[in-house]
Amino acid sequence: MSSYLFVILGAVLVNNVVLVRILGLCPFMGVSKKLDAAMGMGAATTFVLTLGCGTSYLIDHYVLIPAGVEYLRTLAFIVIIAAIVQVTELVIQKTSPVMYQVLGIYLPLITTNCAVLGVPLLNVSLRHDLVESLLFGFGSSVGFSLALVLFAGIRERLDGADVPAPFKGTAIAMITGGLMSLAFMGFAGLDKYR
Amino acid sequence: MLRKLFKFHGGVKPQTHKAESTTQPIARVPLPERLVIPLHQAVGGHPRPLVAPGDKVFKGQRIGGADGSLSSAVHASTSGIVRDVAPALMPHTSGLTTLSVIIEPDGEDRWGELDKVNYRTTPPDELRDFLRDAGVVGLGGAVFPSYAKLKPGKEGRLKTLVINGAECEPFITCDDLLMRERADDMLKGIVAMRHMLQAEEVLIGIEDNKPEAVAAVQAAIAASGQSGIQAVAIPTRYPAGGAKQLIRVLTGIEVPHGRRSTDFGVQCFNVGTAYSIYEALEFGRPLISRVVTVAGNVDQPRNYEVLIGTPMDHVVRLSGARPDTDRYIMGGPMMGVRLPAFDVPVVKATNCILVGSPALFPPPPPEMPCIRCGECAKACPADLAPFEMYWFSRSKNFGKAQEYHLFDCIECGCCSFVCPSHIPLVDYFRFSKSEIWARERDKSSSDAARDRFEFKNFRQEREKQEKAEKLAAKAAATREKVAADNQAGTASPAAEAPDTAKPAAPSAEDTKRALIAAAMEKARQQKAQVAPKNTEQLSAETQADIDAIEARRAASAATPPTPDA
Amino acid sequence: MLTALLVMTAVALVLGALLGYASLKFKVEGDPLVEKIDAILPQTQCGQCGFPGCRPYATAIASGEADINQCPPGGEEGIRKLADLLGREFKSLSEEHGVEKPKSVAVIDENTCIGCTLCIQACPVDAIVGAAKQLHTVVAGECTGCELCVAPCPVDCIAMEPITETVDTWKWRYPVIQIKQAA
Repeated sequence: MSSYLFVILGAVLVNNVVLVRILGLCPFMGVSKKLDAAMGMGAATTFVLTLGCGTSYLIDHYVLIPAGVEYLRTLAFIVIIAAIVQVTELVIQKTSPVMYQVLGIYLPLITTNCAVLGVPLLNVSLRHDLVESLLFGFGSSVGFSLALVLFAGIRERLDGADVPAPFKGTAIAMITGGLMSLAFMGFAGLDKYR
Repeated sequence: MLRKLFKFHGGVKPQTHKAESTTQPIARVPLPERLVIPLHQAVGGHPRPLVAPGDKVFKGQRIGGADGSLSSAVHASTSGIVRDVAPALMPHTSGLTTLSVIIEPDGEDRWGELDKVNYRTTPPDELRDFLRDAGVVGLGGAVFPSYAKLKPGKEGRLKTLVINGAECEPFITCDDLLMRERADDMLKGIVAMRHMLQAEEVLIGIEDNKPEAVAAVQAAIAASGQSGIQAVAIPTRYPAGGAKQLIRVLTGIEVPHGRRSTDFGVQCFNVGTAYSIYEALEFGRPLISRVVTVAGNVDQPRNYEVLIGTPMDHVVRLSGARPDTDRYIMGGPMMGVRLPAFDVPVVKATNCILVGSPALFPPPPPEMPCIRCGECAKACPADLAPFEMYWFSRSKNFGKAQEYHLFDCIECGCCSFVCPSHIPLVDYFRFSKSEIWARERDKSSSDAARDRFEFKNFRQEREKQEKAEKLAAKAAATREKVAADNQAGTASPAAEAPDTAKPAAPSAEDTKRALIAAAMEKARQQKAQVAPKNTEQLSAETQADIDAIEARRAASAATPPTPDA
Repeated sequence: MLTALLVMTAVALVLGALLGYASLKFKVEGDPLVEKIDAILPQTQCGQCGFPGCRPYATAIASGEADINQCPPGGEEGIRKLADLLGREFKSLSEEHGVEKPKSVAVIDENTCIGCTLCIQACPVDAIVGAAKQLHTVVAGECTGCELCVAPCPVDCIAMEPITETVDTWKWRYPVIQIKQAA
């Protein structure tokens, strides 16, 4: 049981998908100007990534490996994720128009999020079973949301700060992201108490 | 009799500077050469002018009528001649003009005929209308029309009527002097208000740095023999005179965000308002003057009874402004606004003319970055987080600023007062508030435009459709008629015209022809109707006249004009 | 190789079928984007964008037929908001559609008006009142300043007057940030 906890905690903090593995930087920089948008993006990504990890595990184990075509993983996973994103979008649009309005253009953007492809591939290389895959996917997306929301909160405050002219805009955001990444390195120390 | 008092959060204790202007009694101001009375003086609509240039007005004559549901009338402060009704500079930071009545006093200061009421027998609704037409507004500074506040809550009665004599701002002493000198009359006004509001108890809150005022009011209460009215000395702490803060101190009730004090059975009025209500109800005198403190950079700070519309420099001259005076501030140093000129008129909101100089109010030190020390949040009497609101106002993130309850800010200035970085926080809040209001105005006007545009399109569609239907119905009716005519016509002449193959069902061309014939017939009839009718049944004389004219015309035609004439 | 092709085709077919089913099952009528764009547009209904009103323009933007920089009354701020909403780049106002002017209202010169009702028909928001051969006047509060009534007037009696600032519309200025003095 505790190994599952380690999978989740490790994915959220120690190996944070954005700040430590440096995956999914485009939404991290692009959708972090407003806190509300960041939260919406986090929620959508959590849903898609968890579902994507489960589905890709099943496809990998019951289609690709029996057929001996493991080298098609990247291709197959991309197709799966794209389809999941599209279906999610349609379902949300129908069932909850309010949620659809909140998420807006960020939903289709998830398709191009490298974190969403990276995590299923990591699942394969870490030899996770189905439950571990799901937990790892969920943990990674929670870590992604956490980083995104923290970063959006900081950036909202940066709007009012006296930033030197050459550093205004994306430059100071990059520096901030770097500092956050350094701070998350500190979680590696959790390893000692395993 | 000791009463349990409560505390409000925050607050500051600035230097009071009140002693200088309380040494002498309230003085009268001689009539100025001209009075400029702005028509828009109170919260609510713009009263419309009731006089024209050249009119003679009496003291107390109504010159501006209340406009809309929340508005208050304006009156001539003295007798004289209206010189102009034109825009004039108003006592407002913006330096904008507003429609004003300019009166040249005739020196007689003669009252006109005044309406009077007996407030003990008149129903409260009529009293409210009377006070609206008497121009009574809150004299504490907010100038909210008093009649609108003199309504008891849903239960039909009020628990506590709070009278605000706290006067917490530095330099200002007009309420202090009013209570010292006119406590009896003020109390009569309070009794009238209590009657209108059906209030159980009345609490008069006065800061304990005004012992003379407390004593005077207590003596007046004792002399009047009224029960349930109490003058309470409260600890001196700015802004104890804020309505919500005073209510908190006296009753322990904290009015939450988005609610009104009347929801909790409490209503709050200023002492000056109580006095002007007394004047209006007892003598029928409208609000045409008020007590104004002149303080700051003057030789003799003092309180004056000033007619509304008197130019400020006329009043300040009596106290002797020092030569380095560079500005007038209306109100106190904490909440007052800098005025655009020296000769702006005294209005109902003017409780103090604070004369400023660079030595007395040096320019603020340069603004430094916010270090988030939290001093402002400690000082905020409205329990807000000014540093957060400042941050979002500064980055023009107005939605976020509103999330931190920007509109609960009372602009008391405590945060700016305590800020170690000398940030003018209140200026940022005022900026944000007016930007948000402007956006809301734009939005509501664009929503209205959208609705009107959509309605116009809908109306045009409907009209088109109605017209088409009407035409179709008319055509159908004519067609039926023609068909019926044809049937009736063809019944007998069928034998004479055997070549009409289908008399019962005339061809389309026939119908059309019949329609044209019908239209032509109708046109002919109309023409006949239009033709002159007065040519028939002429009297014999008229006929004779016409004949004579015709004869002359014929004669002139027969003899051509001589060529060389 | 053949297996790979077969597997990929099978996966693609299954997912394609799923998507097709979903798009039929969860079909949504109307476009919420149009509403959002329409809310940003200033509702002057002036037609300077080349569309008969703000809503048609919003529809055109949503379907990609029109660019976001065709609304002069909305000005730079309006374009910026549209760019934010649609995730596009900001671009300056297209000159062929007009220039940004201060907000104005139409005023009818009552000495010249002949009561022809042409302006009443032109007004998109019914802000002009009058009747045939009667003096017309503009209800200033409802006028959007679209200028559509100016051209039809046969006697040129309509002028656009900029709205002046009053005490009710006056705004507090942004506090000047003082730069810390050196030394």
